Amino acid sequence: MYVAVKGGERAIENAHAWLAEERRGDKSIAELGIAQIREQMKLAVDRVMAEGSLYDPDLAALAIKQARGDLIEAIFLIRAYRTTLPRFGASQPVDTGAMACDRRISATFKDLPGGQVLGPTFDYTHRLLDFKLAADGEVPKAPQRDAAAGDVPHVTDFLNREGLIEEAPQDDTDPPDLTREPLEVPADRALRLQALARADEGFTLGLAYSTQRGYARNHAFVGELRIGAVSVEMDIPELGFAIEIGEVALTECETVNQFKGSKTEPPQFTRGYGLVFGQTERKAISMALVDRALRWEELGEDDVGAPAQDAEFVLYHADNIQATGFLEHIKLPHYVDFQSELELVRKLRCEAGADQAQEAAE
Amino acid sequence: MTQYNFAYLDEQTKRMIRRAILKGLAIPGYQVPFASREMPMPYGWGTGGVQVSAAILTPEDRFKVIDQGADDTTNAVSIRTFFERTAGVATTTATSDASVIQTRHRIPEEPLTEKQILVYQVPIPEPLRFLEPRESETRKMHALEEYGLMHVKLYEDISRHGHIATSYAYPVTVEGRFVMDPSPIPKFDNPKLGDMAAIQLFGAGREQRIYALPPYTKVVSLDFDDHPFEASKADHPCGLCGAEESYLDEVIIDDAGGRMFVCSDTDYCERRQAAGHVGKLGGKDAA
Amino acid sequence: MTPLLSVQGITKRYGAHIGCADVSFELFPGEVMGIVGESGSGKSTLLNCLAGHVRPDTGAVIFDTRADGPRDTVTMSEPERRMLGRTDWAFVHQNARDGLRMGVSAGGNVGERLMAVGARHYGDIRDTATDWLERVEVDAARIDDRPTTFSGGMQQRLQIARNLVTGPRLVFMDEPTGGLDVSVQARLLDLLRGLVRDMGLSAIIVTHDLAVVRLLADRLMVMKSGRVVEAGLTDQVLDDPQHAYSQLLVSSVLQV
Repeated sequence: MYVAVKGGERAIENAHAWLAEERRGDKSIAELGIAQIREQMKLAVDRVMAEGSLYDPDLAALAIKQARGDLIEAIFLIRAYRTTLPRFGASQPVDTGAMACDRRISATFKDLPGGQVLGPTFDYTHRLLDFKLAADGEVPKAPQRDAAAGDVPHVTDFLNREGLIEEAPQDDTDPPDLTREPLEVPADRALRLQALARADEGFTLGLAYSTQRGYARNHAFVGELRIGAVSVEMDIPELGFAIEIGEVALTECETVNQFKGSKTEPPQFTRGYGLVFGQTERKAISMALVDRALRWEELGEDDVGAPAQDAEFVLYHADNIQATGFLEHIKLPHYVDFQSELELVRKLRCEAGADQAQEAAE
Repeated sequence: MTQYNFAYLDEQTKRMIRRAILKGLAIPGYQVPFASREMPMPYGWGTGGVQVSAAILTPEDRFKVIDQGADDTTNAVSIRTFFERTAGVATTTATSDASVIQTRHRIPEEPLTEKQILVYQVPIPEPLRFLEPRESETRKMHALEEYGLMHVKLYEDISRHGHIATSYAYPVTVEGRFVMDPSPIPKFDNPKLGDMAAIQLFGAGREQRIYALPPYTKVVSLDFDDHPFEASKADHPCGLCGAEESYLDEVIIDDAGGRMFVCSDTDYCERRQAAGHVGKLGGKDAA
Repeated sequence: MTPLLSVQGITKRYGAHIGCADVSFELFPGEVMGIVGESGSGKSTLLNCLAGHVRPDTGAVIFDTRADGPRDTVTMSEPERRMLGRTDWAFVHQNARDGLRMGVSAGGNVGERLMAVGARHYGDIRDTATDWLERVEVDAARIDDRPTTFSGGMQQRLQIARNLVTGPRLVFMDEPTGGLDVSVQARLLDLLRGLVRDMGLSAIIVTHDLAVVRLLADRLMVMKSGRVVEAGLTDQVLDDPQHAYSQLLVSSVLQV
């Protein structure tokens, strides 16, 4: 006799217990600590903070541990936690000009005030597996020197002073909040940048790459890429002035893009912008390229039908938590809708069969 | 779970969702944008329905969750457990005992009453989406009531297959104004949407939309005069309870392709069996 | 007699560039107006302003509506204008692909406007579509085929059927014979002339092909650099052009 499947509850509990066991792995191997992940898997932690839109390295490390290293799952954990946090207010805009730079490079000028600082980069490492790391990860201390005093001015400011690049006027209106208001199109640049800052790195990279290959090419130069810590300040109403409440590490990328001009306006370079939590340079550069591609309309460029120009397409598909949820939901039971399709196809086939039989008889 | 608010969401978020629900009830069938929150379950797994339920549940409520008509499918169990933990509300599998029923893909067989609310989980709230992928364009089509394209789709079905080939998520017109997606319920359930005593709320979390049907709303499934809408189901009685009028799941029971049909609404089927109804393959004799 | 369409001082600029400037004319019921000029003369801009696709900077486009008499279509609400666009107005694009749904069968293409204004009887819609396919000389057996399988001339005739099925009173045509072979053009022109006469249609036809206007248009406007340089009865303008530019247009055709 057929008995309908029961016991979903116990199955779920057992699956969770098994999952926990698998996460821990072989118990003869020492367990991974949160601090180890935070210190030694820093770029993973940075990505989880960036796409999770929550700056907390310890929580990100915890999420990575809990997610067994599945970063999208970890981002999801952070997002779900973030939703429940109270909002105290918005900080002052961070001043990236006052950033304590660990890395600062420009592809447009050989040398410039503040200098080129390579910093801790993979760029010129030869990608050879380092088998020493398999045995012993101890490293000699890197050479040090004192940080240069003073702010590091932005490359685009130099261009701006000569009028060579479009103005980016100060705008004091409050930007919309993607996580408090439904995303609606058309979206202004502030909202687009906000969405891109937490967009999936792979998706953003793919779109940016597509612009380089000719799908809305915009000839980007990395005017400047900088990584380092900035202080976060917030207005405290009771005090009547802003105080520093902490420090965050950011990656900022400003691109200098193809110029435009007309009979009435002299040619000027245009801008793309990326700003992301942590050391996330691939993402920040990608973001700047996609930002620039999305600006075709305000810059009076042609819509060539490229994916990276299509704000609705980009913004509605860039969020990996939305994407992965909907993609994976097709694992859920769909007996009912499948059954209705099954009935329909049977009926249509049956009628088609009857028609053919009749034709044969005639 | 004491560090979380009643029913997980904070009160301000619930108020925002309630405003969207009220707006939806005031304009039946209109998709109200709302700032959907990230929930601790994946988008596409009922986050819209969960947020609507969280916003309307009170401690006195009795909550039922079904997926594919069944209380014991894994995702239904998961959502029910979530509210047991975060809201501590009483739960039930009996349709008539529930004050709030969250559902995915079905409307219960037993008629609902004015004291009940039915909450649907909606994956794609836009009925025009597969004809026009752009949100900016579909919103305009709704605003201007430009629905000719919907009938072009039905026309194409008939010209190709001889029938309207939409079997679930069958679009409806609400109060002669908005065309609405009823969520992927089988078209068998469409006639229950109209003139229902209970409030019907639809939540799409990932797509950030809420819409609603107040009690006793006029809901008409799209069709042609000479190809009228037909609510169809498998032409069998339930193998367990013998019901002739319920929606059926098809179950493959052996390697030779043998199958049986059973009610998809498990509560309905169990009640009928308890009341002594026996299908061909049900009961002790068949064991 | 009230004009069907009264165009008053239509101007459209693109920055410093003039699309069309200060164009005025009247079109009476049953009349066909041809607008000729070389590419860049502003004739397509003008047509798009008249048809509500582009909003002119200044001017009025007053249409004699069935319900409320003369109304300015530039200032009316978008829903009203779109309603006109699928009932009393029709627009035939130069490229049939712009005016057809390529993924929908020929019958569905013709039926769409009927369904958009509330037709809900499949059999009737299909009969009307069949009838219209025959009127535009498309084999009725092709009713369930998609336009992608049609030749260029058939696509254009299908587009015309799709537009005329709701019995519009005013048809805008943008180079309706452009891009077609000469023999195909002749057949299409013949068909259009028959339809215009039988249905008593009013039409505004933009073209650079003087043969088209000679055959279809009662009156003619010649445009250059966004302005109308000459207007009059078709025969009069073609046989005795006054403006130097019109003379050039006519003579260049005669040389071919």
